[in-house]
Amino acid sequence: MSFLEVKSIEKSFGNLKVLKNIDFSLEKGEVIAIIGSSGSGKTTLLRCLNFLERPDSGSIIVNGKVIFDAADPTAQRDSDVRRKRLHFGLVFQNFNLFPQYTVLQNVTLAAELLAKERADFKQNRRAILQEIQEHGKKLLAQVGLSDKLDCYPHEISGGQQQRVAIARALALEPDILCFDEPTSALDPELTGEVLKVIRKLAERNTTMIIVTHEMDFARDVADRVIFMDDGVIVEQGSPEEVFENPREERTKQFLMRYNKDFE
Amino acid sequence: MNEVPVIISRLTESFLLNCRIFALTLVFSLPLGLVIAFGSMSRFRPLRWLVRTFVWVIRGTPLMLQLIVIYFGPGLMNMSFSWPGGSSGRFVAANVAFIINYACYFSEIYRGGIESIPRGQYEAGMVLGMTKSQIFFKVILLQVIKRILPPVGNEVITLVKDTALARIIANKEIIMMAGEYTNKGLIWPLFATGIYFLVFVGVLTIVLDWLEKKLSYFRA
Repeated sequence: MSFLEVKSIEKSFGNLKVLKNIDFSLEKGEVIAIIGSSGSGKTTLLRCLNFLERPDSGSIIVNGKVIFDAADPTAQRDSDVRRKRLHFGLVFQNFNLFPQYTVLQNVTLAAELLAKERADFKQNRRAILQEIQEHGKKLLAQVGLSDKLDCYPHEISGGQQQRVAIARALALEPDILCFDEPTSALDPELTGEVLKVIRKLAERNTTMIIVTHEMDFARDVADRVIFMDDGVIVEQGSPEEVFENPREERTKQFLMRYNKDFE
Repeated sequence: MNEVPVIISRLTESFLLNCRIFALTLVFSLPLGLVIAFGSMSRFRPLRWLVRTFVWVIRGTPLMLQLIVIYFGPGLMNMSFSWPGGSSGRFVAANVAFIINYACYFSEIYRGGIESIPRGQYEAGMVLGMTKSQIFFKVILLQVIKRILPPVGNEVITLVKDTALARIIANKEIIMMAGEYTNKGLIWPLFATGIYFLVFVGVLTIVLDWLEKKLSYFRA
């Protein structure tokens, strides 16, 4: 059994079927890149994994534990969902940092709120908060922002903001970190620094699902590539397989179109 | 001419009534407005409809009329409820009318502010495992406050001057007091009341500017 198993996920918005029978799995430490044109359902799939959308059918299993099953509505209460979604972290296309908090506070806020629910919080308040602070600083050092701890989001560049968002997602130590087109809202000269951070995470065997339009990056960093079109997984395989020898006509066309645009 | 200090002290004393209505109205209508705003955004349709109708009625009729209805209504309609006698009853009734009226205006400002916060802020909170109330109080609220400060400031300044309407149910506020002198042929006390309002609003403006500056450390 794989670390993450996504089983026949379906999702419709009104009459529009956005996801059709999505099946895939992911091993611990593996990096999957999801590619495909806009409107192919990539983002909706990530949003389903993070409980921002509720699939109409199908199930999601992490580490042998069913965390979502459309057939079992009793397991979908808000309080349950809140805990379960912590298996996943999500980095948004447009960062969504909290503007009124400093860089460090953005990273530590959620952890502090969660710590308050711990039984021993009152006794060890200081130590716990201290630990969260240290952890936050460590994460920000990892993404190269040690000198920006006390800045507010509007005072730093888009690339730096996205790196803060990555540190924020890492702060709760999710099992699987998801990226929704993490560089699409950035100027070309800023994408490099964000991709570098993600690449470093891949080297540390962080389990990741990356929705991206950066084909070279996907080929580089992913262990497996999934190509989606029109709500279905058309093809998946190693980067070599998908990029060099695509089996499906739709994949070929997508890659051809992509290459043409960038020549 | 030694009546001048007497008149001024009586004007000042009656202006305190305006100040008390102003303060009480703010203390109660600011939070009540938030409750009404949540009602008008409720996903439960009957509640939303009810609240929005109520806001429409309150915003759609003159505050002066509301004062009269609230003060005289219970008696005229033979309700078991009645206001306490004398000046305290008139004062409480005036406050009730002001609080309801201003809460409705504030609620619409709040609603606009809350709905203007990007969806992504809620979603960022959700994927970080925050509860709905944590998201509202820790993430959304301060951004809303920053955005709505200018329109709320407008309402607050309007309220200062609206307190003079309380005289319609015989609350002896400053303009009613000045009017008594006008009836005796003395016009300057009426003009002098303008100075009280001007000074009060001047101080408020400074406070509002200070608040705005306080919140300028972030952009939302």
